[in-house]
Amino acid sequence: MDEQKNILEIKELKKKFGEREILKGINFSVNKGDVVCIIGPSGSGKSTLIRCINFLETPTSGEICYKGEDVLKKYKDLALYRTKVGMVFQQFNLFNNMTVLENCVVGQVKVLKKDHEAARQTAMKYLYYVGMADYINAKPNQLSGGQKQRVAIARAMALEPEILLLDEPTSALDSEMVGEVLNVMRELANAGLTMIVVTHEMAFAREVASKVVFIDQGVIAEEATPEIIFKNPSNPRTKEFLSRFNQNN
Amino acid sequence: MTTMPTTFFEWVFFLLQQYGGLFVKGALVTLLLALIGTFVGCIIGFVVGIIQTIPVDPNTGTVKKSFYRCVRWLLDAYVEVFRGTPMIVQAMVVYYGSMSIFNIDMSAMFAGFLVVSINTGAYMAETVRGGINSIDPGQTEAATAIGMNHFQTMRSVIIPQALRNIMPQIGNNLIINIKDTSVLNVISVTELYFSSKSAAGVYYKYFEVFFITCVIYFVMTFTVSRFLRWVEGRMAGPRDYQLVTYDPMQDPCGHFPMPTRKEQD
Ligand SMILES: Nc1ncnc2c1ncn2[C@@H]1O[C@H](COP(=O)(O)OP(=O)(O)O)[C@@H](O)[C@H]1O
Ligand SMILES: [Mg+2]
Repeated sequence: MDEQKNILEIKELKKKFGEREILKGINFSVNKGDVVCIIGPSGSGKSTLIRCINFLETPTSGEICYKGEDVLKKYKDLALYRTKVGMVFQQFNLFNNMTVLENCVVGQVKVLKKDHEAARQTAMKYLYYVGMADYINAKPNQLSGGQKQRVAIARAMALEPEILLLDEPTSALDSEMVGEVLNVMRELANAGLTMIVVTHEMAFAREVASKVVFIDQGVIAEEATPEIIFKNPSNPRTKEFLSRFNQNN
Repeated sequence: MTTMPTTFFEWVFFLLQQYGGLFVKGALVTLLLALIGTFVGCIIGFVVGIIQTIPVDPNTGTVKKSFYRCVRWLLDAYVEVFRGTPMIVQAMVVYYGSMSIFNIDMSAMFAGFLVVSINTGAYMAETVRGGINSIDPGQTEAATAIGMNHFQTMRSVIIPQALRNIMPQIGNNLIINIKDTSVLNVISVTELYFSSKSAAGVYYKYFEVFFITCVIYFVMTFTVSRFLRWVEGRMAGPRDYQLVTYDPMQDPCGHFPMPTRKEQD
């Protein structure tokens, strides 16, 4: 039963760039349906961590277990694993040569080997959820930041992943567009999607997160429910970060 | 043919009448060499560029790693050698070398195609590598993150954009090739320059003949240049898009509730 619920487990994850150790032994686990928000100062290793989870960065040591199995042992070809762990980037990273619809179709056709019509239907379904179904013929550079990010979410969701990783999905957006993206994320969370979100949107974390992880200098300084983290953090560094954060905003 | 022409223009007219077919044939050969050479060169360039940008994961085995390194070194050597030597010399080496070393008696024309293609390939390899590197790595990452491999990413995402960016250089190469295939006259390829020389030799009218040749070269390069600009414009695609009203009830996939996670395995 417990095995079933635990969808992702990270054990003693370390990452060095050259001689610099950026992640110094990260441990945490994610249950199915959890929304884990990762917060922490800039440069603390949040992006590196989330990129290690789908092996955009190769961990120096440690284990990442998906549904109880070491990913590197189970998946010779990481492509299949990556379709189960979607990723949304701060800079959207849409394919500029493709229309909105093609962006959401290409992965299904090339990686999941779906036929084009089935892929189109799935793409439309998610584009509709993110409110971008009317824009299927637009190219990414014809869209606003918020629209791009919603398409990026639809692109990731079109592969029907089990986990969605989001690295500061609203940080590159003008403030008036943050809301539309957070709304989509909120809906996905409510629908029961497992998500790991690096974010500076503390109100969102407080409202949606099942667990907040505070990372500082490559280690997890504190990990707790949002109530505890935001109201009564046990680590003074968490408190300091949050107060500094509140002043800046 | 009773009176010989006297003025410059009479000569030009006369030579055109006499050798029009020769000029046309020569021009066609030149155009064919340039077009096919540039096309094959582009393919070589893309293949080399794609191979040179294969990411090497730090965890790959040493055998595979040294294999990649070896291939890369060979490709670098190819680029350097063919960029670093004149095409006129390459033509001699390939044409006569293939005969004396490998005992291959290739036709001058075939040697010509070969030399232009390989030469263009060496230049294009660098251009393509630059084109690939100019596409922001975020798109490659996004493709990787949805499970696409290097070749899928290249084919669907990077190359179409790189191709668009390097269209001007491809055009440049084509124009250079139209002109530079003239060096193939040293191995007796009957391109425009070679044909002109033959025609000029008959009446010793070098200026008049090469004036015609000059005009033909210019007409070819100018036409190609304009055509390529038109292609570039076409590739840019429409500047605006039409909204489509999407009614999920009309779609065969029907209306879905928010996705709920399948409670499976
Ligand atoms: N590819 C890389 N090579 C070297 N250093 C890197 C690389 N990527 C990130 N870093 C370094 O790792 C540290 C953590 O970066 P990052 O994970 O992006 O932090 P965060 O997302 O928390 O702001 C930074 O000091 C950054 O300079
Ligand atoms: Mg970051």
